[in-house]
Amino acid sequence: MDDTGFNPIMAEARVNQPIVQLEDVAKTYGGAVALARVDLTVHAGEFFTLLGPSGSGKTTTLRLIAGFERPDKGKILLDGQDVATLPPFERAVNTVFQDYALFPHLTLVENVAYGLRAKKVPKPEAHAEAEKALAAVQLANFAGRKPAQLSGGQRQRVALARAMVNRPRVLLLDEPLGALDLKLRHQMQQELKRLQTETGITFIYVTHDQDEALSMSDRIAVFSQGKIEQVGTAFDLYERPASAFVADFVGNSNILGTTLLRPEKLHLVPHAHAVPEGYEKRHGIVREAVYLGAVTRTIVALEDGGTMQVMEANIVPVHGALRFVPGDSVTVAWPRSACAVIGGEYNKGEQ
Amino acid sequence: MRSETLIWAAVAAIFAFLFIPILVIVLYAFSAAPIPAWPIAGFALHWFGDTWHDEAVRQALALSLEVAAVATLAAVLLGTLAAMAVARMQSATKEVVSFIAVLPIALPGILTGMALAAYFAFWGMNLSYWTIVAGHATFCVVIVYNNVVARLRRMPRSLTEASADLGADAFRTFRLVQLPMMASAIGAGALLAFALSFDEVIVTTFTAGAQNTLPLWIFGAIRLGQQLPEVNVVVFAIILFTAIPVLLAQKLIGESGKVAR
Repeated sequence: MDDTGFNPIMAEARVNQPIVQLEDVAKTYGGAVALARVDLTVHAGEFFTLLGPSGSGKTTTLRLIAGFERPDKGKILLDGQDVATLPPFERAVNTVFQDYALFPHLTLVENVAYGLRAKKVPKPEAHAEAEKALAAVQLANFAGRKPAQLSGGQRQRVALARAMVNRPRVLLLDEPLGALDLKLRHQMQQELKRLQTETGITFIYVTHDQDEALSMSDRIAVFSQGKIEQVGTAFDLYERPASAFVADFVGNSNILGTTLLRPEKLHLVPHAHAVPEGYEKRHGIVREAVYLGAVTRTIVALEDGGTMQVMEANIVPVHGALRFVPGDSVTVAWPRSACAVIGGEYNKGEQ
Repeated sequence: MRSETLIWAAVAAIFAFLFIPILVIVLYAFSAAPIPAWPIAGFALHWFGDTWHDEAVRQALALSLEVAAVATLAAVLLGTLAAMAVARMQSATKEVVSFIAVLPIALPGILTGMALAAYFAFWGMNLSYWTIVAGHATFCVVIVYNNVVARLRRMPRSLTEASADLGADAFRTFRLVQLPMMASAIGAGALLAFALSFDEVIVTTFTAGAQNTLPLWIFGAIRLGQQLPEVNVVVFAIILFTAIPVLLAQKLIGESGKVAR
């Protein structure tokens, strides 16, 4: 037992060994395609995120792993064993639900002990474990209360304790922070990451929030229209997107043909100003300039059509004025090394 | 201020319209005269004793209670199961089945009664205690079903999923999650069903053989103009009997509304 209150999974889990594998999985709901074809490997001990807009198939994938849905075809391997036809109660995974799904008629300790009791752990032991788990999420004094007496953030932590107390092989989290306000969400992101690192439990995390995905995940799968567009680290997705969709969904982007230019890698100079060796440039007119504190965002309408977005860090404060205002003629410049080719050979990574 | 006075006047008028006849019957139960007449000349309590010792009334009361109890039990089992089945259906099927399930209560009692009588006759079944129970069950089931379906509609699907996710099989989920969450809805439905069965006349007329339920006994006595003081006493008793379960049911529905949030 470590100071998280949850028993850590032993270190053997850390060697890149597959724990969840989806092979050629497809799922339709009454004719509507939810998952077209998905292949996916999650390694033991990973914080793995399924990222995508609503309706992209990320939640369906999670529900298939949990066992709430059955795939139309394909295999779902958990520790190498095909569980596609097993009911949820026979799978060694636990879920943190988007609406928390706490049992309203049970106290917190009964809620958290529910999974242990289902596994025939005697009541005194199950309740003792549950109380430890509640203490691990700072709710030690709330054991006798009902869920209705808690705030949203507290319910979220109970849901987490209720799932983690069972020491699942894999913890599935379905947009667990969606209902919390921004500050609480950032706090819980750190808390989740800490629990994941300290327990070594594999997390599969569903979100539509790219900041959340980039800040917590070891690897991320980007979903669009029932397919995986790319699997990779935050760096891979941002710097070497495999498709225009990924380039656009993750972060802000300027796309010139198949070339991706991230706004923070661009510079603005007065019109026709000389640019250094190895730089490319485009001329245009400032359409919009917004001071955002840390950065200033400038939208430039290019001479040869289209627009570019430029983010410049406000390192040297320009007193009382923006460096460029709408109507100014400017030149956008960037080093050739800042260009990324969308879908370039080296971007594919593993699928 | 004026509009408030008007509203209170309207409420008072409606209550008077609804409850004065009942109040008159209750007063008649205490009248000494063998044939109820207004104004009441003198008061007596002996009709209560007489009615209680009347063998026909006792048998009718026993039959009514028994029928109501058995019909309610059947309604609880069938209504709850039907509601759980409907809750799992896809929306298109759900609407059709829901409509069919609720139909018996929308049909006039006289239709239900005639149809049942014809059906029993077709199979050569004699009208008996069980045919009365079957008749009452037709509408009692709907009452329980409606209550439970409404509860299940408000119960998020994620609760049963969470239970399964935590290792509970279907039966354990039913016992520990679904049943406790439906309990007050089932209870309220059962109490209403009991009250409805206890004072049902029309369907019972068609499905009872030689037996009398309490409402049938009243009906018969009034038609023949006999034992009118006893009728008043019985009606008074029925009012009390049916008011209690209805009150309890309302309390249950009110409370569980809060719990289900």
